[in-house]
Parts: sequence; C-alpha cells; structure tokens
Amino acid sequence: MPTAVPHNLAAPFLAGGENAIDAQIAQRLLSVALEAGGDYADLYFEYRVGADYVLEEEQVKTVGRGVTLGLGVRVTKGDATGYAYTEDLSWDRMAHAARTAGQIAAGTPPGTAHAPVSIDVAPVADHYPVARPSLTVPPADKLALLRAADRAARAADPRIIKVEASFTESLKEILVVSSDGRMVSDVLPIVRFGVRAVAEDGDKRQSGSSGGGGRMGLEYFVGEREAAAHGKEAARIAIGMLDAVDAPAGEMTVVLAPGDSGILLHEAVGHGLEADFNRKKTSNYTDQIGQVVASKLCTVVDDGTVTSSRGSINVDDEGNAPRRNVLIENGILVGYMHDRLSARHFGVAPSGNGRRESFRSMPLPRMTNTALLAGPHTHDEIVASVKRGVYAKRFSGGQVNISNGDFVFSLTESYLIEDGKLTAPLKGVNLIGNGPEVLREVDMLADDYLLSDGMWTCGKDGQSVPVGVATPTVRIAKITVGGTKA
Amino acid sequence: MASSASISPALVTELSDVASQVVELCRKAGADAAEVLVRDGNELTAKVRLGEPELVQEAGSRALGLRVFKDGRRAVTYTSDLRTRSLESFAAETVALAELAEPDELNRLPDADELATDLPELDLYDDAVADVDAAWALRQCIAGEKAAMAHDARVTNSEGATWSRTLGAVAFANSAGFAGGYRGSYASYYVEPICDEPDPTNPKKRNGYWWTASRFLAELQDPEAVGVEAARRTVATLGSRKIPTGEVAVVFDPEVGRSLVGTLFGVANGSAFWRKSTYLLGREGTPVASELVTIVDDPLLPRGPGSRPFDGDGLATRKNVVVERGVLGPVLCDVYSARKLGRKSTGSAGRGIGGNPGPTTSNLIMQPGDVSRADLIRQTGRGLYVTSMMGFGFNPVTGDFSRGASGFWIEGGELTFPVSEITISLNFDDLLKRIDLVGNDLELRSSTAAPTFRVSSMMVAGSSE
Repeated sequence: MPTAVPHNLAAPFLAGGENAIDAQIAQRLLSVALEAGGDYADLYFEYRVGADYVLEEEQVKTVGRGVTLGLGVRVTKGDATGYAYTEDLSWDRMAHAARTAGQIAAGTPPGTAHAPVSIDVAPVADHYPVARPSLTVPPADKLALLRAADRAARAADPRIIKVEASFTESLKEILVVSSDGRMVSDVLPIVRFGVRAVAEDGDKRQSGSSGGGGRMGLEYFVGEREAAAHGKEAARIAIGMLDAVDAPAGEMTVVLAPGDSGILLHEAVGHGLEADFNRKKTSNYTDQIGQVVASKLCTVVDDGTVTSSRGSINVDDEGNAPRRNVLIENGILVGYMHDRLSARHFGVAPSGNGRRESFRSMPLPRMTNTALLAGPHTHDEIVASVKRGVYAKRFSGGQVNISNGDFVFSLTESYLIEDGKLTAPLKGVNLIGNGPEVLREVDMLADDYLLSDGMWTCGKDGQSVPVGVATPTVRIAKITVGGTKA
Repeated sequence: MASSASISPALVTELSDVASQVVELCRKAGADAAEVLVRDGNELTAKVRLGEPELVQEAGSRALGLRVFKDGRRAVTYTSDLRTRSLESFAAETVALAELAEPDELNRLPDADELATDLPELDLYDDAVADVDAAWALRQCIAGEKAAMAHDARVTNSEGATWSRTLGAVAFANSAGFAGGYRGSYASYYVEPICDEPDPTNPKKRNGYWWTASRFLAELQDPEAVGVEAARRTVATLGSRKIPTGEVAVVFDPEVGRSLVGTLFGVANGSAFWRKSTYLLGREGTPVASELVTIVDDPLLPRGPGSRPFDGDGLATRKNVVVERGVLGPVLCDVYSARKLGRKSTGSAGRGIGGNPGPTTSNLIMQPGDVSRADLIRQTGRGLYVTSMMGFGFNPVTGDFSRGASGFWIEGGELTFPVSEITISLNFDDLLKRIDLVGNDLELRSSTAAPTFRVSSMMVAGSSE
C-alpha cells in the first residue's frame, strides 16, 4: 500500500474527507457521464499540495505554497473523447462536468457501456516507500539544505559570484474510478533540489547547474551531504566552462556519459514508440514492429516500477498497473507504450503508460523511466577508442519530430576527445540526428548502467510529467555535432 | 448559438471585489502589505481527425494567488478554493509562511505614486468568441482538414484540425490602493497535415501545420485557407535532406524569427541583468544588433494578443523601445528588478497565479523593413531558408547559440529542395549584428512577432562530404 498521509494533508475526496467519494457516488457520476451513450467513462480525482523555497544572494527570498483540487471526467465513444473538469466537488458541479464530457456521444447510437454493477477497489504495489515525508518536516530543515548548497558553491571558488538554490516538494493524491468497475488510489510524493551557479573571471562569465530528487522524502539528502554536493557540482561546471572553446561542426564520433544521456533515448526512440502516434500512423516507427531499428547492442525498456525514481508510478492515471515494458530487444522493435485507447486499438493489454499532468488534461501514452541496458565494454575502453570526437556529459534537454524521427539534444557540459583522452571543455552545443539512424550507429556500450538523478520533466501536447532516464556509457560512431568551428 | 461561457463585466467587478476583500483578510491576519490576483476563465477545445471528432474538452476554472509582506519578508501562495471560510485560513497561513523568509528591503509593494490610476480600454474581449459552441467548432475543424487533404494527393494522413478558445477575467488588488480588472478572449485554429514519403522503403513521415489566431472571431482566417496553406507547407518538405557543413547566409521565416526576438528578451530584461545571467550586461545604450533592427514592446495595441491595461505589479503599461536601430534601450523591468538595478520599473511585470512578478513582454515586435520576402530571397542568391528550429541550445550568460533546424536550400535566388537534420550555430551577439536584410512582411498573429530577416553568415553543421 502507498504511504500513509498525515491527517492535515489528506485529500478531501478520500474516506472521512469533506467531499468523500465512495463507490456509490462514483457509480452515480459514471451513470450521468454515460447517459448520452458513451462506450466508456472514467473519473480522475486529484488533490495536490506543494511548496517551494528559493535562496538567492545568500537569502531565502521566497517561500511558496499551493493547493489544487479537482475532478476530470472522460467519456469515450469509438476513438472520440469528451473531457471536462471541475474544481468544485459539489454534486451539481461534478454532475455538470460528467454531463458535459458525455456530450461527445450525443446523437450517436447507444453505447456499449453501463455504469458498473459493482466497483471493486483494486490494490496497488508500493514503488516509492518514503522514510522521511517532506511536507511534514519543519521548513527550517529545508532552508538549511539550501544554505548548505549555497555555502558549498561559494566555497568552491572565489570566482563564483551568484548562487541560486531551490527546493520543491509536493504530494499528489489521486483516485481513479472507471466504468469497467475499477477503483484505485495512490499517493505520489516528489522532491526536487536544484542549484545554479554563475562564475565570473574578468569579462568572461559562465553558469553551471546541478540537481536531483525523486519520488521520496528528505531521505534523498544524506544529512546535508547531497545538498552541498549539488552546490559544489554547479560551481565546478561554471568554473570549468570559463575555459570552454568553440565546439566543432559536422559528423563525428560522440561518447555519451552514463545516466542523463538517456535523454537521447527518450527523444530518439521513446516518443516515437508512444502508441498514439502509431495508432494514427504519424510516427516514423509506424508498422515497424519486428524490424531492426537499432544496433544489436541496444535493448531499450520503459519501466514504471523502478524504486523511488522520478518517473515511477504505482498506478497509471487510467487506473492500470505499470510494468517493465521491453520496447527494443537486441535492436529489434518489439513493443509500444500504450494508454487505454491505443491498447484497445492494437488489441493488447494496457502497458501502464496512460499518464496526465493533472485533472485538467486527458491521459496520453507517456514514458515513465526509459533505459538503454548495459553492454559488454568499459567506460575507459570506449573513451580510449576515439581518435577525435566529443564526450557529452550534461544536457539541458532535447526535442524530437515524431514524424520523421529527427531529434536534437543540447549539451551543457562536453569535452573534446583527442587520441583517446578528454581534452578541452566545449561551449554549449547541440547534437542532431535521426532516431533509427543514430541507434544503428551505436557500436559500443559499457557495463556502467546508471539511472539519472531525478530532475527530468517531459512535455507532450502541453502536458508535463516527471520522467526518469538511464544509460550506460554509449559510443555513437557518427552523429552531427552542431558547433561553430569547421 | 448560446453559450454559458461568456465573461461579463459584472464578473470582472465581482472578482475585483474578491481580490480587495482578500487583501483586507491578509491585513487582519497581520500582514504589513498584501497583493491578490484572481483569475476566472474557461476553455473549449474541439479536435477533428480524418473527418471524425477526436476530442471535445470544455471546462472552467478559478484560482487566487496571494503575495503577503510582513517585516520585509514575503510569501507567495495560491489556491483554487475560493470559499470565504477557506480564504480566511488561507490568508492567515500565508502570513505565517512569510515569517520563514528573510528580510529584503527592496521586496515590497510598488510605491503608491507608481500605481496605475486610469485603465485604458483596449478592446480585448469578443462576445462572438464566447458564443461559439462545440458543434460549430467541430464543423470548422472538418472544413479545414478536408481542404488540406483535398489540396494535394500527397497529403496522406492528418494529425487533425483543432479549434480552441479561452475566455478569461483577471482581477488584481493590493494594499497600496490598486484595484482593477479586465477580461479577454482568444481563439486559435490549427491544421496539421501529414505526408508519407512516396518511397515505400523510407518510413519517414513529413508533418507541417498552419494556423490563425485572434482575440476576435471575425479576424480569424477561413478554415479552408488555413487548410490549404498547411497542406502547401507540408508537401513542400517531402524528400528533405541534409546539406554539407559550412558557413552560409541564413534567412529566417517569421515563424522562427519571432522566437529569436523572444530569445533576445530573455537576455534583455531586468531580472537577467541583476542576476548577471546575460551576455548583454552593461550594454544598454550601445549597439547590440545591426542598425536595421528595431524592436518595440507595446502593451497598448487595441485588440493585441499580448495587450494589457496594467501590469503584474499594478503599474500603468506603456510602449517601450527595446532596441532602436541596433542600440539596446533600457531593459524591461518589473518593480523588484528595477529596484535591484537602482531605477524605475518600465511597467513590464508579468504575474502568474503562483509566482512573484517578473519582467515579461506584451506585444514584442521587430519592426518591418522595406524588402519583400521574394526580393529578400532573390538577393540572397545562395543560402538556407529556415522554417523551423528544434531544441534548447542557447546559453544566456555567454550568448552561445546552436539549434536544430529545417527549411529550404536557396539557390539562384529561389527556394529549391527541402533541408532537415542540420544545426545552425553562431554566438547570438554576432547573429543580431549580422542581420543585413529585413522584410516588409510583418503580421501580428502572436504576441511576439517578426518579419522575414537574413543573417549574412552562420555555421551550418550537416553531412561531412
């Protein structure tokens, strides 16, 4: 069972709450949603309490707190979706939202669904046990973490002139009830810590960032150690970048450091394997199941069950259990990530990838934690194998065009590799490639598989959800580096 | 068409009263000063794909954001629970939260004489947009998508057509004496065709789009016209390929040019200045772009997509010249960043429900030049015409700029074959200074806008031949 929630943070729609939703009320609402003839309906109740703390100029400048509460109602008829939501959990407003969403079926022949005769509460696993729940810890402890990071960044080098440290925490409680009779709830904790440092040397300035977190509490920080380490790391990058040189331009060999480089997978193959794009035949991976889409070294999985990872879920936002889904096995495309709609279309079981940003948005097939599994080589062996290339260590993000598979990702810390050794740090630069073409160029994979620290957020159709990525050290024989030096 | 979605002037007054009442609740709870923002709005989104409805989403929401000050300390909170009883305890909790912050003497409300007194009427709301219902919106979607598919047989699939509107009311009050509100409408319409590459061994698809948007329904382009333009743009990208690495002239289509204007704002604002997070530090009053570049931020344009009668601090808004003939003007500031820099706000504060005010743009417009787009391409002779960019490759502190790009190769003064999977790179300082031709084709469809313009030379990274 998920973590127990302290009384003062309990969602009002849970048993004993001001707007408690039991099976009977849910059933009545589903009946209203389906009265115009929908095939299927679900209810998504959400209560989210969050807080944030920002330290700048050695001062805690702002403390913030926010609460959101609402219900999203979805009704489907064939491939069409009706969606409505309300922040007011009175019966009249909820019924109005249900009726509005149900209008998608108006004027169509009667649907197949009826409100369920019985609603069964489904149990869920616990993939994120919390040792020290964050929101209930006195704020002073969190401010101490910000100060520790600030001190560590400043102490690292006198050229550090600005430090900004932030901590955000939230607890999201959800209750999902569907017209096929499932009722399931979850409590999703998340914390994120970040530090940004600016270094100045004469008229040169550079910045560096470091951050992390996950679905956990303050146990993320081992004392103040982790906070200080992020401060020190942000300073190290900012100082190191003061000596950065212009990056090369053109096709060359690139080595990706383990962990955050999983961004490449997320963009190069992840999005293209979300099944909505394949159901609509708008992805370049459409109808490619069983085809070679990567080098034999590549096995890619999406796994929503990784303990305490930022992308993990106990249940997806349609009430289905997450799984470890193999997407590419030894270079061959074997599966997509599904939500309910796409799973029905392809005649497969839902894969537990139906996710949404909040009660204000409908679920879509989304990634959770996307990983490229380890290979036979070692990190040092891979770096030593490169005569001239780029070593990519830290990233600010990426983007993909689903239709043609072109993707970019932006390097914020990278180095030139010359004769098998890392040499000069490079100015910020983009890599660009085509998903399947780049994955076919993966010719070495190390044994140092690493899950990214919890800092990534993925955007799709205007909805943001937290995700995780993981890779070992990767060698890409050839990819375009977007520098300025010919 | 009847709709319950409309935002009445009475609602704006009601929200404004709520805002003033909550300011009072905060004072009673012990705050030295307080500021309240209330938003109420609703949305309608209708989407059609391959002739069938895919989504109808309709809902309204309301939220309140609060900023309180106590002994020079502040807290910022938000809630969607606007019941009186809840607001009382919310105000008290926020005051208590402020005690956790540290004092910052610059961090206080604007001075009373800085606040807006007369609010201009900017004509930002259209009843006709509010009157649209889902059935009408779906019909628009069907018409535009159909026009796109009919325009060219090479359009083989569709990501759909989407009609959306938002209606909203904003009210703002603070304990320094400001209270005001306004309402706005905005409608947009997109058509997104897909083409399959004709070669059956090439699994790549080509996507494209075209769109129209306005605060006023009558100003939207016809769905058929949007569909045809979307189809034309998408079909043109069939067979896209890389070009060799090298330095070439680069022409930016208005669809991407406007994002570069937005990038400039990111380094030309008071917040980036006091944080020293910009390569433009100390450059006000000096050349930062070519003489052909003039950029203004004008919140007072009637019906403008980014117009607003007062800013996120409650100050009167005004037209600011950000860059005049290449010279950087005073950067856009909110009250706090202006105080950090020892000056006065430019009336450019933006304010979200859950955050502090910060500098933002309204209608940020790069002024047109006198060359037609066709002449601009003709005069370029040989180079790259960029229609879209990808990725986040910009370092504000150094100006290093590197983005993924696609578009068309220019040869003999004309667009020839489509190009993709390349990057364009150049330090942003040089990029702005190398702008040597500016088109006369400015259109104000979005709150940040630019005409077509040319950068004399940038590094393109592509294939290695």
